[in-house]
This record gives sequence, structure tokens and C-alpha cells, in this order.
Amino acid sequence: MSDQGPVSSAARAPLLQAIGITKLYGSFRANDDVSIDLYPGEIHALLGENGAGKSTLVKTMYGLIQPSAGELRWLGETIELSGPSDARARGIAMVFQHFSLFDNLTVAENVALGLDGSETFAAMSARLAQVSRDYGLPLDLKREVWRLSVGERQRIEIVRALMQNPKLLILDEPTAVLTPQEADQLFTVLERLRGEGRALLYISHKLDEVKRLCDTATILRGGKKVATCNPRSETAASMARMMVGAEIGEVRASTARATTVPRLLIRDLSMAPDDPHGTYLRNISLEVFGGEILGIAGVAGNGQDELFAALSGERVSKHEDNVIIDGRATGNLSVTQRRKLGAAFVPEERLGHGTAPRMKLSENALLTGHAASHMVNHGFIDRPATLKAVDNTTKTFDVRKAKRDPEAASLSGGNLQKFIVGREILREPGVLVVSQPTWGVDAGAAAVIRQALIDLSSRGSAVLVISQDLDELAEISDRIAVMFHGTLSEPVVAADATREKLGLLMGGASPETASVEEVSHAVGA
Amino acid sequence: MQLVLEKRAERSTFIALASPVLAIALTLVTMSIFFLMLGKNPVTALYVYFIEPLTDSYTLMEIAVKASPLIMIAIGLSLCYLANVWNIGAEGQFLMGAVCGSYLAVVTNGTGAGPWVLPAMLVMGAFGGTLWAMIPALCKTRFGANEILTSLMLVYVADLILDYLVRGPWRDPKGPNFPTTASFDPVATVPTLMEFGRLHAGVLLTALLVVVAAIMLSRTIKGFEIRVVGAAPRAARFAGFSSEKLVIFTFAVSGALAGLAGIIEVAGPVGVLQPGISPGYGFTAIIVAFLGRLNPVGILVAGLFLALTFIGGEGAQISMKVPLDLTKVFQGILLFYVLACDSLILYRIRLVAAKPKAA
Repeated sequence: MSDQGPVSSAARAPLLQAIGITKLYGSFRANDDVSIDLYPGEIHALLGENGAGKSTLVKTMYGLIQPSAGELRWLGETIELSGPSDARARGIAMVFQHFSLFDNLTVAENVALGLDGSETFAAMSARLAQVSRDYGLPLDLKREVWRLSVGERQRIEIVRALMQNPKLLILDEPTAVLTPQEADQLFTVLERLRGEGRALLYISHKLDEVKRLCDTATILRGGKKVATCNPRSETAASMARMMVGAEIGEVRASTARATTVPRLLIRDLSMAPDDPHGTYLRNISLEVFGGEILGIAGVAGNGQDELFAALSGERVSKHEDNVIIDGRATGNLSVTQRRKLGAAFVPEERLGHGTAPRMKLSENALLTGHAASHMVNHGFIDRPATLKAVDNTTKTFDVRKAKRDPEAASLSGGNLQKFIVGREILREPGVLVVSQPTWGVDAGAAAVIRQALIDLSSRGSAVLVISQDLDELAEISDRIAVMFHGTLSEPVVAADATREKLGLLMGGASPETASVEEVSHAVGA
Repeated sequence: MQLVLEKRAERSTFIALASPVLAIALTLVTMSIFFLMLGKNPVTALYVYFIEPLTDSYTLMEIAVKASPLIMIAIGLSLCYLANVWNIGAEGQFLMGAVCGSYLAVVTNGTGAGPWVLPAMLVMGAFGGTLWAMIPALCKTRFGANEILTSLMLVYVADLILDYLVRGPWRDPKGPNFPTTASFDPVATVPTLMEFGRLHAGVLLTALLVVVAAIMLSRTIKGFEIRVVGAAPRAARFAGFSSEKLVIFTFAVSGALAGLAGIIEVAGPVGVLQPGISPGYGFTAIIVAFLGRLNPVGILVAGLFLALTFIGGEGAQISMKVPLDLTKVFQGILLFYVLACDSLILYRIRLVAAKPKAA
């Protein structure tokens, strides 16, 4: 192991080489002749839009899928990975974007479950404590996972991977769920791992991060490798161009002036969660005016899901004036009744919440359209109307799909999200509440969606955006409020909301104390 | 070499249609092995089971008579299962429909009541089935009780209620002390369609129900609601559909259809209320529902096929001296294979060659 920091890649042999990897799904080429060399002591970024083949490539490297053609070489030797355990045995570890943790088990129990069980639980716990201390990733081993923040959960996943002392660590969009301060801490750990001579493969959409952290970047587009470059000598714009294959339009600012009458009013909303591990909403009040986009920032799990459910009507409040839409008290109304009053909602989960995955797009148009879009006549479904809604959304939002009316699950994340957002926006809602509008979506689709939100607010609608992506909120919001432990801060004008200030509010500091000195106390080590 | 299940991007329509055929083929192979073990020639046995009943107009009609209640019940059950509601107690709802409908036949017996009796019996039968189905439905929505257990247990309660009534208060006073009511009056009997045989008007009602259910499921918002609640409960809640109301609705409809099938069976082919009016229709209908892909037209085909096994089983018992229980074995194996083959709709089997490691 070298501790001399990054080493010039030409000077040493690659740890893992993927050579000419091709993966066919039927006639679809998820990967097409992709080659990539990963060197020890190097952080290698894997960039690409959704559906570019990043996941397929790393799943191949982790032994989850077998390539149709091409080979992997480990230290120059051709290898076949029969499965993840085979990959782990060689020293390849992976941290997935979606955590696989059991909420009701403790940290130590979760880690033990992921190991092969060759040591006693006590010995494993001791080693776990050691690893987490060594890398500055503090974990309370006896706490149940459901009590932990998202950042802490990710720490478990990383420590679990480090317990195997991997030579290659693959991370899939690790900063997607972190506050800026938490992301900074993660980078310190990753740089340290690089210094220890480990190879890291870092999948991300955030080009600034990649520029800052990574030594090499491989860019995929449409399953093919477009380029391998040094991200430090590229600009974020030039890398985005390579990813998308075209210029990404800058998002145009809103031209609307906010009205003086709030179209969405939340008044002293408190609600117990229906899930025992959920978050209590406490005295939330907020006004969203027509013509404005109000952003709600916050680390996941601080009550955003509960707030969304209370606003959409999936959970009904006892007090009707908790939620007021265009002057109508709707706290006790159903989601259908709220839609009829001109409200529209886009939930965070695309599959299973925003859409029924195994149903056709036309049926998914009906899912929310049955309330107010003239798709039902005397109880009978107007099939042509639902298909027309799909066609309109497809055209306006450039939804790419294999056939006219496929199942929702067959669309890529970005295209499905464009469909879901488009489905609601084309109804011209007076009030739109949208959660994580561009989560896990490629840059091209994200730009389309953000522009659509801005345009909708320009036409006089009130738009409430719940997001963990501060860059996104800064880009599109007029005002930003922060959720923490079920409470909502006073909104601040977006122009005055620095990342530091928002980061502190996300960590629980009150606005008055959100000054730089508080960083270490508020966010914690 | 190893076998792996690989998820498909889209559900395979071809397999959705081919799966029941494959399941039937596998069942026939398994049954042949059973016949061999019983020392019977499997070819002859399968002929007796599946071909012989089709060669005779009387048994063809009998197949329709047996299929009718199976299809009617299975259509109700398919609504439940599509909505992820597990009504296993259609047998009980069938019996309670028969009991409630028969009440009218018993009290009007010999009073010369008008032709209103049969329609009223059908309404009472459907009502009785619904009433019985409401017990597990409400237990589920109010107390979170598992409907599989409650609906199943109520089958035995219904069975004993029927038994009590025909041995006690409703026993034919003029009869030779058998546990049965008096034969129903003509106004309390479902008319037959032919001069000979037992083909009755209930069969037409079943055919009508197949059409109504097919339209309801594919063309109406209610059918859509049922499918969404079953396929994606969270998306259904987001759509504004209440899964609780749907539990009540699907139980009510399936209870009504099972009850209707029950009273038609009693007022039609059987003609009296007595124990043993059902050879397990309510349970066999579960197989029919799944074999028919929870699709009304599929259920029509599957119902006819399962009815064939009943008739063929009776024929085999007489001509080949094999036990009648073999029919139930057959039906159980069939359900097993149907469920197993169904996983191929969403997954494909692939042989992964474990290639030798390169040096």
C-alpha cells in the first residue's frame, strides 16, 4: 500500500481493467464495447446520463451481471466473476445508491449480516469500531438504523465496505443524499482511501464534485464510451456536453412577479406519522404565492415525506384550514378533491408511487388524470383521451420510449420523471407540489424539468419544490425554507441563502445562530 | 452450468398466455406418473379423464352445469385477488347464499306462492353470500385481521349452520328423516333449458357475468381502481383510491357471486337444500381464477376445464376404479404448476455457463 497520495497512472499497472465490455438485453446494447482501466491510488469518475450504461458497467465489475462479450482483468489476469461474493473475495466492494439496511436492527447487526460470518459478533464489533474510528466515520454501533440520519446510514454502508479492506471501492452517487458539510466529510475519507493506494470508482452527476475530487473521468453515452479525460483540465460545461452529446440549455429565469395572495397556504400544520419510524410534523406554516417557486431544503427523513402526504391529501388532516388551496380550506379533503381544485402533485418515488410500474403509460396518465382531466365518462374510461395525454406529454417533454404506450417500468428514470412531471404540468395546475423533481435524473432531463417548473410559475402558478439538491433549489427557487426534525424554518430569499447557511439549518441550527462558528456543533463530526 | 431467474423489462404477453398451457402439460405428465404408480395405463386414464366426457352430449351439458358455479365464483374471486384481497372463503359464501335463498323456498313450500319466489331467492342468495363475506372484510378493515384465516374459518361455520338447519328446523316434515328440506316447488326452481339433462338458466347468467366482468375490468374506472390497488398500493393511494373501501367492495361482490352460485345450484341441479351440495366449488374456483389469469375470459375457459376434471374423475372412478380423491390431487397439482409457471411472466430462466477459469 502506498501512502504517497495520487500516483501518475502511467507509472503503475492497472488494478482492474474492463476490456471491450458489451452487454446485450435482447437487441438493446446496455454497454457497447466499453473499456476502462482503474488504477490503484486513483479516484476514477464514471459519468453519464441515466441510461448511459453506468450501472450495467459497475454491476459487471461487481459480478452482478455477466457481460455478453469482453472481459475483466484483475492485475493483468483475466477473471470471471460469478457473483458479488466472488468480487468481494478479490477485494472489490460497492456502496449502492439505495441502502440495503434493516431498519429495526442495530448498526453492528446490519454490518454483521453483510459479512461472511467467519468471526464472532464481538470480534466483528470491535473491528467495526476500529475501522469507523480510523477513518473518522463515527457510528454508534448499538443504535437501530431507523434512528439514524441518511448521512449516518451511508456511513454504515461505507464502513461495511471498508471492513472487507477492499482494493477497489465502487460508490454509486454517494453525495446525492448528503448536506454540503456531510459531503465534504465524505470527500476527506475518499481522499484518504486514495492515499492508501486503493482504487475508487465514483459515479456521480455532480460535475463540480468530480472536478474537485477525481483524477480521471470516463464518460459514457448511449452505452458507449465517449471519452476518458482529466476532469481537472475540463470545465463542468465541457463534460456535460460530452455526457449529453449536445449543449444543455441554461435554465431561463422566471419572468413572473409573485402575486400578493398566496395560492397555497399551510397554517399551523401538525401531524403524527402513520409509520412508527416516521417524523412528526410540528407547527408548519408557509405561504406560497402565485408566480413563485418556493424550495424546501433538508436532509431526507426530516419530515419531507410526511409534509408531501399532508399536502397531497394522501393523509388527511383533522383541521380543514391546515392546508388552503386557492382560498379553499382543503385539510380534510381527499387527494382527488384537491386535484379537482387545481392542485397537482409529483411524489419522490417514480416507480410505485408516482406510477404503477407494471401498467402502461396511458393507465398511468389516468392515475392522476381521472380526477379532473375528462378521462372518465359515466364510469367508463375514455381510452383515446388517456392515449392523447400520453402523446401530448411525450411531445411537449421529449419523453423517449420504445413504443407508443409502454409499461412505466420500461422507461429510463429521466424519461419517466419527464412523463410524471409533464403529466401534471400539462393540466396547468394552480398549485404544484413536487418532491425531488430531478432525483437520479440525467442532466438533460433535469434541465427540461426545471425549466418546466419555472415556466409554470411564470404563468402564475404557485410551485412548492421539496428537494435535497441545493444547487437545484438555488437555480430555480425564489425563496427557500429548510425542514429539520419535522419543523420548517422561515423562508429566506434564495439570493441570500448561501450553502453554508442552508447547510447549518439542515443540521438543525436556528437561523439566528446559523453563523460560521457553529459549524462543528450543528453538523456534528 | 446454473439456472438463474432474470427479471424481464416488460411482462411477457406470450408467456402470460402460454403459462397455463405449460402448467396443464406438466400436470398431465405428473398425473401420468401417478396413474402408473396406481398400476393403470396412463393413456387410457387420461382418455377417460379428458376425452371421453367430450364425446357425449349429456356429459357435455354436465360440464356446463358444473362449470357454471365455478366460473361465477371465480369471477368474484378474481376481483379480490387482483386487488390483493385474499378471499379464500368462497365455499362458505356459496353455502350461506344457498341457505339464505332456500329460506324463501322453505317457507313458501306448498303455499302456492307466485313466480316472484325464484327472483327473490336469487336476491336473497346474493345477499347471504355478501353478508357472510362482510365478516372477514370488516374484521380486516377495522381490526387488521388477516382475511385469509377469517374467511377460511367461516367456511366451516357456514357448513355447520347448513347442517343444523337441514337436520333441525328445515327438515322435510313429510320426508323419510333424511337431512334435507322438502323438494322445492316449481316456482322456486331454476328452469332447465332442454327437455332432457340438467342444463339450466343459471348457465346463461354465468355467461352474461363473464361479459360484464370483462367490460368492467378493462373499460371502467372501477376496474382500473381494482387493478391499481392490487398492483401498486402506494400509487393507488396517490391516485385517490381507498384500499379499505375496495376490500369491502371486492368482498361484497365476490360474496354476492358465490352466494348467487350457491342458490342457483340448490334451486337448479340439486333441487333441495342438503349437506354436500358443493363438491368444493368455492375452493376449486380459486384454481379456476388463477388458471384463468384472473381474466374473465380466461376464467371461462379454465372453469370448463376444471369442470371436465370433475366429470372425468367421476367417469374414471366408475370405469377404472380409481379413487375420486384423485381429482382433488389433480386440481392441487394444477394450481401448484400454474403459480410456478407464472413466475416466468416476469422472469426468464437462463442457463449461465460457468466457464473454466482462464489461466
